[in-house]
Amino acid sequence: MAVSKLFGASIKRREDPRLITGNATYTDDLQLPGMVHAQIVRSPHAHARITRLDVEAARRHPGVVAVYTGRDLQGALNPSPTAWLIPNSDLKTPPHPALAVDTVRYVGDGVAVVVAEDRYAARDAAALIEVDYEPLPVVVDQVKAVEQPGAPQLHADVPHNVAFKWVLAGGDADKAFEDARRDGVVVSQGFINQRLIPNAMEPRSVVARYNSGSGELTVWYTTQNPHIARLLMAVVTGIPEQKVRIIAPEVGGGFGSKIPFYPDEAIVAFCARHTGRPVKWTEDRRENYLTTIHGRDHITDLEIAARKDGTLTALRGKTWANLGAYLSTAAPGIPTILHGLMLTGCYTIPNISYQVLGVFTNTAPVDAYRGAGRPEATYLIERMMDLLAARLNLDPADVRRKNFIPPDRFPYTTAAGLTYDSGNYEPALDKALEAIEYSRIREDQKKGPKRGRYLGVGLSTYTEICGMGPSAVVGSTGFQGGLWESAVVRLHPTGKATVFTGTAPHGQGEETTFAQIVADELGLPIDDIEVVHGDTGAGPMGWGTYGSRTTVVGGGAIVLAARRVREKAAKIAAHLLEAAEGDLVFDQGRFSVRGSPDRAKTIQEVTLQAYLAWNLPPGVEPSLEASAFYDPSNFTFPFGTHVAVVKVNAETGEIEFRRYVAVDDCGRVINPLIVDGQVHGGIVQGVAQALWEGAVYSPEGQLLTGSMADYAVPKAHMFPTFVTDRTETPSPHNPLGVKGVGETGTIASTPAIVNAVLDALRPFGVTHIDMPLTPERVWTAIHGKSRR
Amino acid sequence: MIPAAFEYFAPTTVREALGLLEQHGDEAKILAGGHSLLPIMKFRLAQPKVVVDIGRIPGLDAIAAAADGKITIGALATHDALEHSAVLKEKCPLLPETAAVIGDMQVRNRGTIGGSLAHADPAADYPGTVLALDAEIVATGSKGSRTIPAREFFVDMLTTALRPVEIITEVRVPVLGRGTGTAYVKHPHPASGYAVVGVAAVLAVSGGKCQRAAIGINGVSGKAYRAAAVEKALVGQALDEKIVAAAAAHATDGVEAQSDLYASSEFRAHLAAVYTKRAVLLAASRAA
Repeated sequence: MAVSKLFGASIKRREDPRLITGNATYTDDLQLPGMVHAQIVRSPHAHARITRLDVEAARRHPGVVAVYTGRDLQGALNPSPTAWLIPNSDLKTPPHPALAVDTVRYVGDGVAVVVAEDRYAARDAAALIEVDYEPLPVVVDQVKAVEQPGAPQLHADVPHNVAFKWVLAGGDADKAFEDARRDGVVVSQGFINQRLIPNAMEPRSVVARYNSGSGELTVWYTTQNPHIARLLMAVVTGIPEQKVRIIAPEVGGGFGSKIPFYPDEAIVAFCARHTGRPVKWTEDRRENYLTTIHGRDHITDLEIAARKDGTLTALRGKTWANLGAYLSTAAPGIPTILHGLMLTGCYTIPNISYQVLGVFTNTAPVDAYRGAGRPEATYLIERMMDLLAARLNLDPADVRRKNFIPPDRFPYTTAAGLTYDSGNYEPALDKALEAIEYSRIREDQKKGPKRGRYLGVGLSTYTEICGMGPSAVVGSTGFQGGLWESAVVRLHPTGKATVFTGTAPHGQGEETTFAQIVADELGLPIDDIEVVHGDTGAGPMGWGTYGSRTTVVGGGAIVLAARRVREKAAKIAAHLLEAAEGDLVFDQGRFSVRGSPDRAKTIQEVTLQAYLAWNLPPGVEPSLEASAFYDPSNFTFPFGTHVAVVKVNAETGEIEFRRYVAVDDCGRVINPLIVDGQVHGGIVQGVAQALWEGAVYSPEGQLLTGSMADYAVPKAHMFPTFVTDRTETPSPHNPLGVKGVGETGTIASTPAIVNAVLDALRPFGVTHIDMPLTPERVWTAIHGKSRR
Repeated sequence: MIPAAFEYFAPTTVREALGLLEQHGDEAKILAGGHSLLPIMKFRLAQPKVVVDIGRIPGLDAIAAAADGKITIGALATHDALEHSAVLKEKCPLLPETAAVIGDMQVRNRGTIGGSLAHADPAADYPGTVLALDAEIVATGSKGSRTIPAREFFVDMLTTALRPVEIITEVRVPVLGRGTGTAYVKHPHPASGYAVVGVAAVLAVSGGKCQRAAIGINGVSGKAYRAAAVEKALVGQALDEKIVAAAAAHATDGVEAQSDLYASSEFRAHLAAVYTKRAVLLAASRAA
């Protein structure tokens, strides 16, 4: 086989020149002839009955084309289905009307839409809509929503606001805890994974055009999964699927927030159909904060059992997962399948018992946010590892080492029932400890604080589940789709190639990595390869970009399709060279006859002949392209060790973030530069949860962190330089040997930072502080104040 | 984030701008760098019918040493211009040090000293500094200019001594002599960059003792203030860490520290004391 040229090369992202020179087209950049603009009127109340809705003044406002209310949409739009119906959980799926008809359930719930000739007229007219609300009692806390007597009920047929109760059991956790209480150690701790707000640089935007002559609906919009969006758009609008085309132009980040099917895209499609004009809607940042999905928001009681030597024996706990007012598209699967199943991390924990209550509250819907369930799980187990180490007076590195799944036990089936594909955890830990100079830090710590600043080092050794996923397995978890991926590799008569993928990269760089794969397989110059995605009118169905699946599953499909192209090209080349196919050598884009290197045809020559079809071997069809549909046999499980070093100023609780080392293993690496970029961004988002970010609702359901002036999205100057390194343990089942890396940084970094801060605070006897670790919380913990 | 409709004027002289203010009264707002006004207009928290953009009036952005030994700073000088002004760095380094930590680079490139002072956000950075410097704010109205001492300028939250038809045209600060040390330190809000606490210190030291102290504090209460009790406790003292800490403990005497999601009243008061100590120690080290 040819030696790879581009696999493993740190070439620059081909996407960037257009992105950084302002030559990219985002949805909001689109200008269609006759286009009008929508403004959605949203509820200022978290829970209320609509007693009067008067839109007449808005209708009369100059420039207004139409005004619609929930009643106008009733019957015209079907409810958007829930895509993850987790089994055996008594899951309730109350519908979310695109516009509220008589009850609003969170601040931001839509009540009407104004369509006008320009955005200004739409906004001004929206202010003229009169709505009388009769406020209802509000609940924003998921524990209170379930347990407080008389807590407000959000949905008539959902007692105690419990959307589902999901139970996980493996082994015999109760017995293990009995044993540990008698002759071992039990560590208990309550944890909060606070609510986060995803902050894609580009807010959500939709442009819809309906052709009443052809019955075709075309929707350009900010989605991570255009093909799923087409399916759901067809279901919701009733327009047949073949008449619906979804185009995701440039999408400026998503982090999961552009996976769901929102009411807004259905509303805009409705407006386009009923006004006969193309309609644009772009949320502003305030709407983005109020109505685009949030992430995390778990309250957890957890305990672990271990022997006195630090060997873990069991994990037991319960999580209240806040789902917001309605079920977002994939919401039920996030705090359960993607969270509960990963709680045992990279450790041999033979017994597990865990329960998750999904709870409705008067807050924005919660769904997948970068890492989606795994950051919450990693935070829990990695904090527990440090608490256990502290309890037993062991070094946190040693207690991890003792419990790692040994490399000779892979593929390893966990107590939760997953089978980890591959892993070798100690080398990554060793590399990270060496890079951070762990023993020197421990020596420095013994010298005591310098100028009131306490040194701390924190570890996070993680593994996570990604590369979603084998269709049959995700189907068994209730996911209402397949998670295979598609590819078409099409060579053109001039020898250039277009590659279609069913994934939808929106910042991850697969236009580059996919081209690297195809360039190697077909010996083409990379500049001769175009990667096309994001348009249901071009290329076959696929499932999109999330769950660190794009390179793993989409790349798998691409390499299979490229190999099929090469196989066909080899047949044609053999025929043209009058040689047996088995006698051909393929190297650097050239087929030659073994032993006669001058008897050769380039891939470009073969491609031209495939199109001319003047002299094809019998049974070979003209043209040169192939498609592939790749359904992986398992998930992939990347892993690694992250280490953070901080100094805590005891006088103020201020944290100096000093150093950070990330050693990740994502299998084989196609483009180290892009992998580093993904890791850097992931670390930043994970650290943000540890130190700064946190969405806060008032008891009345008002979002108190409703803008970037209140909600602390971090900035570059708040971080030290990251040191990144890798170990390489290929996935044994993936055709490229790759594992996902889009979320590892977010999954790993949060507990590394928190552990570092709490390590620094050990002299004060402080063992836990809830995130974000603001100076006041740290100061309060140090100085023993009881306030929260 | 779409503002309500407004009429836009871009006068080219102060007189013309004043005429517009006179004509439109309460319905008019002055636009300088726009970093306070435009966000609240986009949230529709402010809906002025008329916006008077003074950004095109020439000559209002100069920074120069004046004949009377003061430095004059045009109202339209940006934070970035203050940060990098050679004159200020040499003769009044407290202002560049303050300007350098305002918001972020985009804000510093557009925001102006006059706009920031006129807005009088209690968590802005300049108020404490101009108070500590005993700066003068020159306001121009239709009948001419008047000079407002900084200590009389800040009336309440977002409220100043400016009259309805008056525009800040200049800020005057003293040249700081030998033996005077200054410092501005702040704890920025991690989201907004505004001062949770910001402390400006001006100290004159001779013979190892503090001869004069001026401490201006931002972010703590509804308006920036001079910490008189701290100043009193410092004057006449040798500024070692213990004495400074004891003095700084008075940072919020007579002041009700504000409480918000990020910092409770109690913690904010604590931060004020710690940052006052830091500012004084830093200024003292520079006075030497």
